[in-house]
Amino acid sequence: MADPMRIRAQVAGDKATVRVLMSHEMETGLRRDGAGAVIPAWFIQEVSAAHNGKSVFNAQWGPSVAKNPFMQFNVKGAKAGDKITVVWKDNKGDSRTDEATVS
Amino acid sequence: MQTRREMLHHSGAVAALLAGAGLLPTAAQAAWNKSAFEAKTMAECVKALGGGAPAESKDVSVTGPDIAENGAVVPVGCASSTTGVKRLLLLVEKNPSVLAAVFDVTDSVDASFNTRVKMGQSSNVYAVALMNDGRALYAVKEIKVTLGGCGG
Amino acid sequence: MKTASFCAGLLALAGIALVSPVAAQTKTTADGIAEYRAMLADGNPADLFEARGQELWKTKRGPKNADMSQCDLGKGPGVVKGTFVELPRWFADTQKVQDLESRLLTCMTTLQGIEAKAVTEERFGRGEQRNMEGLVAWISAESRGMKMNLPQSHAQEKLSYEIGKRAFFFRGGTHDFSCAACHSVEGQRIRLQDLPNLTKNPGDGVGFAAWPAYRVSSGELWSMQRRLNDCFRQQRFPYPGYASDVTIALGTYMGVNAKGAASIAPSIKR
Repeated sequence: MADPMRIRAQVAGDKATVRVLMSHEMETGLRRDGAGAVIPAWFIQEVSAAHNGKSVFNAQWGPSVAKNPFMQFNVKGAKAGDKITVVWKDNKGDSRTDEATVS
Repeated sequence: MQTRREMLHHSGAVAALLAGAGLLPTAAQAAWNKSAFEAKTMAECVKALGGGAPAESKDVSVTGPDIAENGAVVPVGCASSTTGVKRLLLLVEKNPSVLAAVFDVTDSVDASFNTRVKMGQSSNVYAVALMNDGRALYAVKEIKVTLGGCGG
Repeated sequence: MKTASFCAGLLALAGIALVSPVAAQTKTTADGIAEYRAMLADGNPADLFEARGQELWKTKRGPKNADMSQCDLGKGPGVVKGTFVELPRWFADTQKVQDLESRLLTCMTTLQGIEAKAVTEERFGRGEQRNMEGLVAWISAESRGMKMNLPQSHAQEKLSYEIGKRAFFFRGGTHDFSCAACHSVEGQRIRLQDLPNLTKNPGDGVGFAAWPAYRVSSGELWSMQRRLNDCFRQQRFPYPGYASDVTIALGTYMGVNAKGAASIAPSIKR
């Protein structure tokens, strides 16, 4: 089970700025280990987010995204107390869902 | 001369062809677009995502540092100030994986996204806006990458 | 015809004259790097390690199935806030001057029954070392913003400082390096990294007050022990033992010199 994400959602006017820090190797599949064997590609492919249960954000990522990725976006109309849920899925089928409350 | 009915039928057939080639927005678009992520140039990538020939535009912006102390983590952003944007893309021209990220622009989020990419070397970074009408608009910025310290 | 070429010549000169002022206005590389660092400040992956460490502190584990709530980091059992900026210091129960990691090692072995070797012989970033990195990240975060204030009241603490100073200036290895070779002079740098002068207080959030740190180049949290380990490697010295006396002494030397500097640990570095 992957490590939890760190999600911060803060109100800024009539929106909420959501900042997410994810724990993931984001391995490109192009590196080799000490023995010369290729380290298999392992990276987050899909990220989505919901605001109070309603889908508001979708993204597809490739292996060029950095290790332990950080992401930021703004949700319109989000208020303090609302729930933001973020989900990621990687190319191995692993997934992680975490939630934060807008402050 | 084509009647309206014939024209609709014709475009329906074309749409079916395009959908079969994975070039039309469908629910399945949420699945990871392999051909876009394996594209080796911006033009190829935009084509795989159903966009037209990319044109530079002030309606799109790409943000990032001028120089990154280490290519492992480079903060970049893509944004669009205009309406009718379907998706925003981030591309790193000289990376083996050119397409870094695809962000869907919904009514609920600002057309402005920030993330961090790995850069293998100094390169142009592109933000591309895929418009609802099929146009592709881009902005470009060069980001230099250095290797610091004792090389560790 | 002569007029045309004269005009062309004038224009060419004007063109050259225009280029120089523009070049003078572009950012210096140092400014560029500062901007890059500022952009990374928000969203430090060290947060992920802090979260892990916070969990680990409360987790019962090891053969004795105990958590770390009885661990004394210098301010009493279980007290974490403020301890990071007062380490290394002398501890009565072990009769030794210890840094954060050697103290955590004491707690993990005596309270939880974890074998010392599981930590000291593990590679950085793996297994028990990874746990250590989480704990170090969280514990240092609990002192963020506080000023370095290592005690020098006990005789052993003073001795540790003196040993640290000797070790700092000791030249050895194939290249006759010493810590001082890089870190005892103002204004030195390696490529784009400024080398802080560690023989005095180098300022808030610099040097000893900046580690542990998330190193983007390796995507890992570097504890001070790892930082020192790598310094030894770069000097072509043999690797120091994990949490060995010399590493603790060097920490005492640097930490005492940095008295008053505000800690920003865990920070983010290239």
